[in-house]
Amino acid sequence: MLTTVSSPFSEHPEIRQRFAELHPPLSAQAAVVESNRCLHCFDAPCMVACPTHIDVPGFIKRIASGNLRGSGRKILDANVLAGSCSRVCPVEVLCEGACVMHRYDRPPIQIAQLQRHAMDAFHASGEPLIPVPPPAIPLRVACVGSGPASLACAAELRRAGAQVTVIERRPLPGGLNTYGVAEYKLPTADSLREVELIRQTGVEFRLSEAIETTAQLEALEAEFDYVFLGVGLGAMQSLGIPGESESIQGGADHETHGILNALQLISAYKTGHITKMSGAVVVVGAGNTAIDAAVAARRLGADPVTMLYRRGPNDVSAFDFEFDHARREGISFLWHRLPVAIRKAQDGSLLLDIEAVQPIGNHPADNRKSDRFEPVPHSLFTMECRTVIPAIGQSPLTQLLAEFRHITVEQGRIAIERATGQTTHPRFFAGGDCANGGREVVDAIADGKRAAHGILAKFNSAAEVAHVKH
Amino acid sequence: MSSIKSGSPHFTPDLAVRNFAGGINCPNPFWLASAPPTNCGEQIMRAFDAGWGGAVWKTIGAPITNVSSRYSSIDWMGQRMMGFNNIELISDRPIETNLRELTEVKKRYPAHAVIASLMVESTREAWHDIVQRSEDAGADGLELNFGCPHGMSERGMGSAVGQVPEYAQMITEWVKEVARTPVLVKLTPNIADIRTVARAAKLGGADGLSAINTINSITGIDLDTLVPRPNVGGKSSHGGYCGPAVKPIALNMVQSVMADPASALPLSGIGGIATWSDAAEFILLGCGTVQVCTAAMHYGYRIVEDMADGLSNWMRGKGFRTLEDFRGLSVNRVTEWKHLNLNFKIVAQIDEQKCIGCDLCHIACWDGAHQCIHLDRVSGPVDGHVELHPIPTSHEAASHNRITVTSVTRRERTQGAGLHSPAHGPYPTPLARIPRVDQTECVGCNLCSCVCPVDNCITMVEVPTGLPPETWDERTRGANCATEPPIL
Repeated sequence: MLTTVSSPFSEHPEIRQRFAELHPPLSAQAAVVESNRCLHCFDAPCMVACPTHIDVPGFIKRIASGNLRGSGRKILDANVLAGSCSRVCPVEVLCEGACVMHRYDRPPIQIAQLQRHAMDAFHASGEPLIPVPPPAIPLRVACVGSGPASLACAAELRRAGAQVTVIERRPLPGGLNTYGVAEYKLPTADSLREVELIRQTGVEFRLSEAIETTAQLEALEAEFDYVFLGVGLGAMQSLGIPGESESIQGGADHETHGILNALQLISAYKTGHITKMSGAVVVVGAGNTAIDAAVAARRLGADPVTMLYRRGPNDVSAFDFEFDHARREGISFLWHRLPVAIRKAQDGSLLLDIEAVQPIGNHPADNRKSDRFEPVPHSLFTMECRTVIPAIGQSPLTQLLAEFRHITVEQGRIAIERATGQTTHPRFFAGGDCANGGREVVDAIADGKRAAHGILAKFNSAAEVAHVKH
Repeated sequence: MSSIKSGSPHFTPDLAVRNFAGGINCPNPFWLASAPPTNCGEQIMRAFDAGWGGAVWKTIGAPITNVSSRYSSIDWMGQRMMGFNNIELISDRPIETNLRELTEVKKRYPAHAVIASLMVESTREAWHDIVQRSEDAGADGLELNFGCPHGMSERGMGSAVGQVPEYAQMITEWVKEVARTPVLVKLTPNIADIRTVARAAKLGGADGLSAINTINSITGIDLDTLVPRPNVGGKSSHGGYCGPAVKPIALNMVQSVMADPASALPLSGIGGIATWSDAAEFILLGCGTVQVCTAAMHYGYRIVEDMADGLSNWMRGKGFRTLEDFRGLSVNRVTEWKHLNLNFKIVAQIDEQKCIGCDLCHIACWDGAHQCIHLDRVSGPVDGHVELHPIPTSHEAASHNRITVTSVTRRERTQGAGLHSPAHGPYPTPLARIPRVDQTECVGCNLCSCVCPVDNCITMVEVPTGLPPETWDERTRGANCATEPPIL
C-alpha cells in the first residue's frame, strides 16, 4: 500500500540546479498590485478562453481582497490541476491572450502568475481538495491512464461521491505532467504534489499496472460500471530512415548519446536518469515538445543544438514564445530539411545525412498544407553529431484501443461526443490526447471534467429509470 | 481636465496672494496646514525653500503629551493613503521655543506667510496672552484652532469650541480685542451645518476662515487583533480623517460657506488637496489660499513644485493672469436641486473604436442602473417600446457551457477568435463584446461613463427634448402645477 504517490521519487539536485524555474513566483505584494490591475470584466473573455472556464476575475478579486483561501478554492472549483496549468499553459493564446488590456495598450493581467500565487498558498496550507466529503453514490469508475484528463475526471467524480480508481502503467502518476513537461516549467515534485491531493480525496491509484490484453479489459469491465480512457498518445514516431536501428541509445554514468526521442529524453532527465549530455545534438521536428527537448539538451551540456524542420519558420506548431525561448537558449534552426540516413563514424559519433526538401502538391485553395515533400537536387550534406532526437509528433496508441469492441477510432483518435466524452461504446468515455490528438494540459483537464459530467448524467438517468421500474 | 487652447497667450500667470483676509501676502496660495509638516522652524524654512508660499504653524498652546502610534490610513486598490487619520494633539513643544523659531523664520523669509495656529484654555486672559505673544514674535496672522476633533476636544478646546457657535463667537471676540494681524477661524466639519459656526465667527469679527478641519473617523479594525487602528497598546480612539478621500466633503462645505452671505469671508481651503487641480477647484469655489497636509506627509515638501507649475500652466491655457481672475467662478454654478433644469437630457454613447470589451457598463447598467445597455446587437421581440433582452446571467451561462480548445497551430490561431483575427470586423474588439446603448431607454444617469475604464469611450451626449428649460421649483410653484401627477 502506497503512503503517498511520490514515494518512489526523489529530486536529483543537479537537475534542480540546471533547470531553474523560467518564471519565478510573484511576491505577495506584487500579486496584490497585479490583481488590482484587473478590470473585473463582465462575462470575462479570459474565462471564456480557458478550456476549463476558471472564473479568472473571481479568483483575482479574491487575491486583491486578501481572501487567498477563497481564491484557491474558486480556481479548484473549475480545475483541480490549476497549479500545473499555471506553469504550463500557453496563456499567451488562452486567458492572457484574451485579456482586454491588449486593446487598452497595456500588458495583459499576469493571470498565470496570479493563479500560481493562489495555488501555491493553497498547497502550502495543507488543506484537502474536497473540504467536506460528499455522500457516497453507488457508481464505480476506472480512469485508465493518470495524466491530466484522467485526474480531472477522477477528482470530479469523487466530488460527486463516486468510487474512482486510476490505473497507470508507469511507476509514477501524473502522465505528461510528471514525465513530459520541461523541468523549468513544472518540476516533477510539484506535479506529484497535485496528484497526491487528488489521492487524498479517496481516489484509488493502481500504479505499474497496464491494460494490454483482452482478459485485462474484461476484468476491468467486470469491476467497474464505466471506464474513462485517458491513455494519451503512444510512442514517438521513429524517423524511418536507414541506419536508425543500428544507432540505438547508449551511454554510461548518466550521460547519453545515440538516438532517443524527445519524450524519452525529457522523462529521463526529469527522473534523474540523464544528468549530462555533450557534443552536437540534432533535434528533428519543431513542435513545442521538440523545443522542450532541444532546450533540455542544451542545459544538459550539449553544444551546438540544432533543430531540423521540413517546413519553414511560418509553419511550425510551436508557440511563438517557445521559439523566442529556444533562440535565447542558443538553439539554431535549419529549415526545409529532412534527415535521409544515419551512419556511424569510427569514433562512435553519428553522421546524419540531410537533404533540403520542398513540398509538392500544395493546395492553397483549401488552405491545407501538403504532407509530401521532394528533395532539392544536389542539396545533400552530412552533419556530425553525438545524439539525434526525433520529435516529430506522436502516434496514437491505436493497438490498445483496437481491442475494445465498438469503439470508433478516427485518424488515430478515439471518437467522442465532445460535450460528454462518450465514445461509441456506452460504458466507455475518453478524453485528453487520445481523443483530441494531442493538445494542451488544460484541454485534457476540460475533457476529463466533461467526461465526468457525462458519466454522472448517464448514471443519474440510469438510476432514475431503475427508480421508476421499482 | 483643462483643455489647453492652441495659440494660448504668452504670459506668465501671477500666483501671488495679496492682502488676503485684510493683510496677508505671500508668493503663492500654497500653504502647509497646521500639522506635523509645520512642527518647527527648521521644517518650515525647508518648506519655503521647496516653494511653499506660506505655513500655518503646528498649533501652539500649553505643551501636551502624545501617544504612539498616532496615524492610520485607508489603502485602496493597492494605492496607499487614500484616506489618512490621526490622533496626534497640538504641539508638544514649549510655547517659547515655537515663538522663538517663528521669529527666526520671519526674519529669514519676510515675504512668506507664517500663520500662528493657536489653541489655549477658554479664558479671555489666556487668549489675550497667546495672541499678543504670537504677534510680538512676528506672525503674519492667527488661525484659531476650533476644529481639532480628538483629544483636545475632551479638554474643552478644539472642536468643543467649534461645535458651539456661541463659544466660537465669544473667543473670536476676545482675540479680536487685542489682535493686530488678520484672524482666521478654522472650522470643524463635525457639525450638522458648518455655516452656523462660520456665521458666528463672522459675527465675532473674524477676518477669514479656514475649512475644513479633519472629520471624526475610525479608519478600520485589524482583523487579527480586533483592535481598531491606530492601535495604542490594545486600544484606539477616534481620530481626524483627511487625505484625498475627504476632498468632496471639503468642497461641499467650502461652497456652502462661500454661497452664504452671512458666512462668507476670505477663506483658506483645506481638505484632500494634493495636486494643482485640487487647488484650482478650491479657488474656483472662492478660496484665497489653500492648505495641504496629507500629501506633504506622504511625499514630502517637493510636491509643491508641480502644484505651482501645474496651476500656472492651467491658468495660461485658460487666460487667467491672476488668482483673482478665476477665484469663485464656480460658486454660483452650484444651486439647490430644485433649480436644476428638468428638461435637460443626455444619453450614453459608446465609441466602438475605443471600446475594449470589458462590458463593465453592461453589468453596471443592468445591476446598478436602468437596464438599457445590452450585449445583443439586434433588438429582441418588441412589445410597444419595451424590448426583451437576455439577462446578464444568461450570457454568463452561455460562456460557461462553451467548449473551448487551445488553438495549437498558427492556422488555428489566426482563424480562431484571437485578438488579431479577421473575425473582429471593423472594430478592435469583437462586435459581440461591444455593448449597445438603448438610447430611448437611457436616463442619462452617467453610471456607465463612470465605470468605463477607457478615457472618452463612453460620452454623454445631449438630446434636445424640444422643451423649454423648467425647474422643479418652477413646476411646483407656477402655472404648470396642474400637469404634475399628484403625489400619493
